[in-house]
Amino acid sequence: MRDPAASHVCLSIEGLTKRFGGFYALNQLNMDVQQGHIHALIGPNGAGKTTFFNLLTGVLPADTGKIVFDGQIVDDARPSRRTLKGIARTFQNIRLFPHLTVMETVMIGEHCRAHPSVWKALGDAVLKRPFQESVAEREMQTNAIELLEYLGLAGKRDEKASDLPYGEQRKLELARALATKPRLLLLDEPAAGMNPRETSELDRIITRVRDRGITIILVEHDMKLVMGISDNVTVLNFGTKIAEGSPRQIQDDPVVIEAYLGEDVQL
Amino acid sequence: MLYQQLINGLMLGASYALIAIGYTLIFGVLKLLYFAHGEVFMIGAFAGLYLVLYGGANIYVALLGAMIICALLGVIAVYVSVRPVAKDRPLAPLISTIGLTIILQNLAVYLLGGQQVAFPEAIKQELYHIGPITISSVQIFILGIAISLMVVLWFFIEHTKMGRAIRATAENHETAALLGVDVNRVVLVTFMIGSGIAGVAGVLDGIKNSGISPFMGLSAAVKGLIVMLLGGLGNVPGAMIAGLLLGLIEILSAAYIGTTERDFFSFAILILILLYRPTGLFGARTPEER
Repeated sequence: MRDPAASHVCLSIEGLTKRFGGFYALNQLNMDVQQGHIHALIGPNGAGKTTFFNLLTGVLPADTGKIVFDGQIVDDARPSRRTLKGIARTFQNIRLFPHLTVMETVMIGEHCRAHPSVWKALGDAVLKRPFQESVAEREMQTNAIELLEYLGLAGKRDEKASDLPYGEQRKLELARALATKPRLLLLDEPAAGMNPRETSELDRIITRVRDRGITIILVEHDMKLVMGISDNVTVLNFGTKIAEGSPRQIQDDPVVIEAYLGEDVQL
Repeated sequence: MLYQQLINGLMLGASYALIAIGYTLIFGVLKLLYFAHGEVFMIGAFAGLYLVLYGGANIYVALLGAMIICALLGVIAVYVSVRPVAKDRPLAPLISTIGLTIILQNLAVYLLGGQQVAFPEAIKQELYHIGPITISSVQIFILGIAISLMVVLWFFIEHTKMGRAIRATAENHETAALLGVDVNRVVLVTFMIGSGIAGVAGVLDGIKNSGISPFMGLSAAVKGLIVMLLGGLGNVPGAMIAGLLLGLIEILSAAYIGTTERDFFSFAILILILLYRPTGLFGARTPEER
């Protein structure tokens, strides 16, 4: 039996390896992410952070290694199944659906949690109430509005996703990911391209999401953000883990400083 | 005279639209030019015919039956010509569906004979006079079915969970999958819907022209293609409007210029669209063509 008060492992990675030809994008990575933590993953460009996300979400198959999420091995699950299990992500370069409205974008995220099947939806649409949205549909709308309000986007619900300003597109991606009701949220450089004001708002949003009990893995280059909000930091370099610990420990670690040497980064 | 031609144009256009909807849905989701779509239309027509002739079905049952048979054909198409072929080679599914086209057409000729077959009078022919317009019960039936089908489909695409998933998948498979959308299922449902609608279009065409043949698929496929391009790739409402538009243009040009030039105009429109508005009249809904 698990003691709910004690911290437990949400995600456990064992010996995860991914090669592209002779190049090891990830090499024998072991990593544990504690439930309810913000766990940052940092490292120079090409260190394997994005590959790691792609392996976690199942977009790329791992060569070897094991991914255990909430006590279940998810290695063979397709991306959509992993989303169902509770893993969601945002993208470094924003990937919204340009033709969908803000509201619809969030409702796509709810897709996997709304139960009525295709057949029921088809039947409903054709037979029962041709021009009335079903109960499930209205529920999805209510949830979507709630999420949009949570992220301050409610006023834009009927705008096209592609018409939003950059910072709001990032927030919309986050709303969409949250709509899948994840237990583990992967954020891929959420502060990229944001101004300091937007970044500090993001800081608050991420903390609030964590406080809802969602575990977060944060890939980010903005060290001020990373060191400010993370509970734990893992440092990758050339696909290998070179350090792990609290932000304090990482900042003082000579190996980490050396890896970043020559890069203009203030740890 | 003009009103009369407008009605005829809408009738023709409605069947073009129904064919193009399937094309554009499938193109949207898979970026695949689904060659066998015209043959699905032909098989729908024959399914309807046999249901009326030998099954003693009334026309509504025949329409529903043709729809279901074609939807099943859509499922078969996915399993034999889409899923097994390599996804990273864009031409592979195109060629495998051309193969399916040839198989379906030859099978139809072999089983049904190469002749044109008369479609029985499934609806009592009556004429109504409304002001200057004379409209027959058959015309009302065809227009009514086609337009209600389009309205239901539009609602399905725009306002249901599955419709939204279809649109999201059309924009990006990977992102949709990462949001929990089962892309394989979306593809399957898309083929079923597109094929089912083509089946209905086939039966309606049989009723309208009172004759069908195993070779009717090709010309339908070509017109459907023009309509898809006209409406914008992957754009379902665009295909609906463009279908009606093309029907009107063909009929009006046939009436006022000459019947032999009818196809000339549709192909001239195709070329103009490709030259001056490659994204169609109403904009493509695929990321690449944006």
